[in-house]
Amino acid sequence: MQNVSKPSSPVRGSLLTDPQARSWLFQIVAVIAVVAFGWFLFTNTQANLANRGITSGFGFLNNTAGFGIPQHLIPYSEGDTYGRVFLVGLLNTLLVSVIGIFLATIIGFTVGVARLSNNWLLRKVATVYIETFRNIPPLLLIFFFYFAVLAPLPGPRQSLSLGEAFFVNNRGLYMPAPIADAGFLPGLIALLIAIVASVVVVRWARKRRHATGQRFPVLWTVLALLIGIPLLAALVFGRPLHWEVPELQGFNLRGGWVIIPELVSLALALSVYTAAFIGETVRGGIQAVSHGQTEAASSLGLRPGLTLRLVIIPQALRVIIPPLTNQYLNLMKNSSLGAAVGYPEMVALFAGTVLNQTGQAIETMAITMSVYLAISISISILMNWYNKRIALIER
Amino acid sequence: MKMVKSTLAILTTAAALGLSGMAHAGATLDAVKNKGFVQCGVSDGLPGFSYTDSKGDYKGIDVDVCRAVAAAVFGDSTKVRFTPLTAKERFTALQSGEIDVLSRNTTWTSSRDGGMGLIFAGVTYYDGQGFLVNKKLGVKSAKELDGATVCIQAGTTTELNLADYFRSNGMKFTPITYSTSDESAKSLEAGRCDVLTSDQSQLYAQRNKLSKPDDYVVLPEVISKEPLAPAVRRGDEDWLTVVKWSLFALVNAEELGLTSANVEAQAKDSKNPDVRRLLGADGEFGKDLKLPKDWAVQIVKQVGNYGEVFERNVGMGSDLKIKRGLNALWNAGGLQYAPPVR
Repeated sequence: MQNVSKPSSPVRGSLLTDPQARSWLFQIVAVIAVVAFGWFLFTNTQANLANRGITSGFGFLNNTAGFGIPQHLIPYSEGDTYGRVFLVGLLNTLLVSVIGIFLATIIGFTVGVARLSNNWLLRKVATVYIETFRNIPPLLLIFFFYFAVLAPLPGPRQSLSLGEAFFVNNRGLYMPAPIADAGFLPGLIALLIAIVASVVVVRWARKRRHATGQRFPVLWTVLALLIGIPLLAALVFGRPLHWEVPELQGFNLRGGWVIIPELVSLALALSVYTAAFIGETVRGGIQAVSHGQTEAASSLGLRPGLTLRLVIIPQALRVIIPPLTNQYLNLMKNSSLGAAVGYPEMVALFAGTVLNQTGQAIETMAITMSVYLAISISISILMNWYNKRIALIER
Repeated sequence: MKMVKSTLAILTTAAALGLSGMAHAGATLDAVKNKGFVQCGVSDGLPGFSYTDSKGDYKGIDVDVCRAVAAAVFGDSTKVRFTPLTAKERFTALQSGEIDVLSRNTTWTSSRDGGMGLIFAGVTYYDGQGFLVNKKLGVKSAKELDGATVCIQAGTTTELNLADYFRSNGMKFTPITYSTSDESAKSLEAGRCDVLTSDQSQLYAQRNKLSKPDDYVVLPEVISKEPLAPAVRRGDEDWLTVVKWSLFALVNAEELGLTSANVEAQAKDSKNPDVRRLLGADGEFGKDLKLPKDWAVQIVKQVGNYGEVFERNVGMGSDLKIKRGLNALWNAGGLQYAPPVR
């Protein structure tokens, strides 16, 4: 310290009195302290784990899991690894979050707009909805939907069926599953070509209409493309897929796709709960748009529906998006409550069963927390990007 | 709530492992003696093993094992405090030092004994996994369960045995996993699953909790070995020895015909050298275990012998009416056997 603080440059003063140098010094000391503390924690944890004979490290991800999972979006069997269990759990969490966010947004916007409706009944119903559901803990809602969905449904042998293809019982909603045949890949390619061609036609027709004013039968052309090309492919390459219809065998229905009641109750509870908050956010956003905008739109001759869609909502979105992001993040994090009804998501499956079977608490919790962090940050980034896109562009 | 609790427990473990120094052998016994009670991890409500009665007192085999340890260390079986734990929380609670002994119908397996920082002290109950089904299904054997939906408690050996059993018999199943046994029982009643699987002893207990117990039947098959054992932290041999011998004292007492009623008289008058050694009349065997001279007398006087504990909690003296079976003494055709005191 002494040799650097020689009074050689009287203008800048010593390292300790020079504000810039000093702020740097403290920053560096702080960083070193934090890193050193982190390092101490890490090495001490490792030493203690080793002392107590607790296995550590991430090697367990390659070990065989050996237990079953009721819902997996990717192929999974008992002989697969803990790593695969992690993927299954992650996808199940993402699935219920995406369904929840989708439903919550639709219900939330409807309720939010309804709260401002001129119709007395609609307005009151929306208010009651919001005040009811946002004041009930989400866990209770999940239990409510779980037992309300389960209790009245019949057992598998008395399934309610719709056209002998769709079945509902207390094990879930069964539906036919598409099974790929020989013509599946050509069929898929044909469908993609048809979609691309349709987009091109629509754009070209619009451009021509703007330029010349002539109309083009877009709808019929697109329909012909979308049906014709895949049909042609099917004729040439064979049937693209067939349907596997669920059938009663033994105790349960076998085959087809099944939506388990745990997923239904969790998705419903989360979307109903979050929609109440989104409704209030939407109402606030709409009310933040000055009334003058509505009057201006009316004086231009726009009908109330159009006013809402073209004038109010686009401006309200700027206020709505940031709090809406919070609601999406909450919904995703609340999906971990699915553990209570046995829905196999991240927390139940990985931070629950895997943790207990391997005993590697620190590793599984670290992985689980980082996954939630990663998903949250992705949602955040996406919503911030959207927010920027719709923000008022000031010139 | 449960999740918050288990997450907290795990975070505390992480913090404890990160910040604490090294433990030395004998630390737990000293710490227990200093604080004046044994902190014991038990189940969160399993009739026969650990549950609270109408007065709020803990009862059950697992509970009595803890009481026996307290009787051995302090000469007072009430110097024990209980921490109810779910299957998911139990190992973390022991690793982090939240509890001193885990006596929670836990199956002794190699991976738990070796890789989790804990060590098992001896078998309190030889159990095996079975199935509970509704009579309406008309199933007579577990081999007929192909395609069934099965309710299980998460994070148990049961989950793994179930998958093994169905796989080795070429059958398919759908598991629905709950974090407590109450939830899985409720789900069986609601018809969400066809079968509930658990250790046989638990199945009888859970059947009694259902609203119509007579509609359900336990299938004859036992598909696994489930030696239920208390566990302590690894690397603390003194404490392990105390827990192990508290257990052995229960079994030895039954073998020698000592009961809570006659043990004090026997301690004074018995001529049987085995009895005299166990009860501290001859030699200094308690001292070797770092326990008082009359440790075994206190265990038997206050808790009873193994047979008394069994009959009172799960046997003919209880609602469960489970037969001794594998849990009879070795000289009565069972597996319960304890090394001698000498």
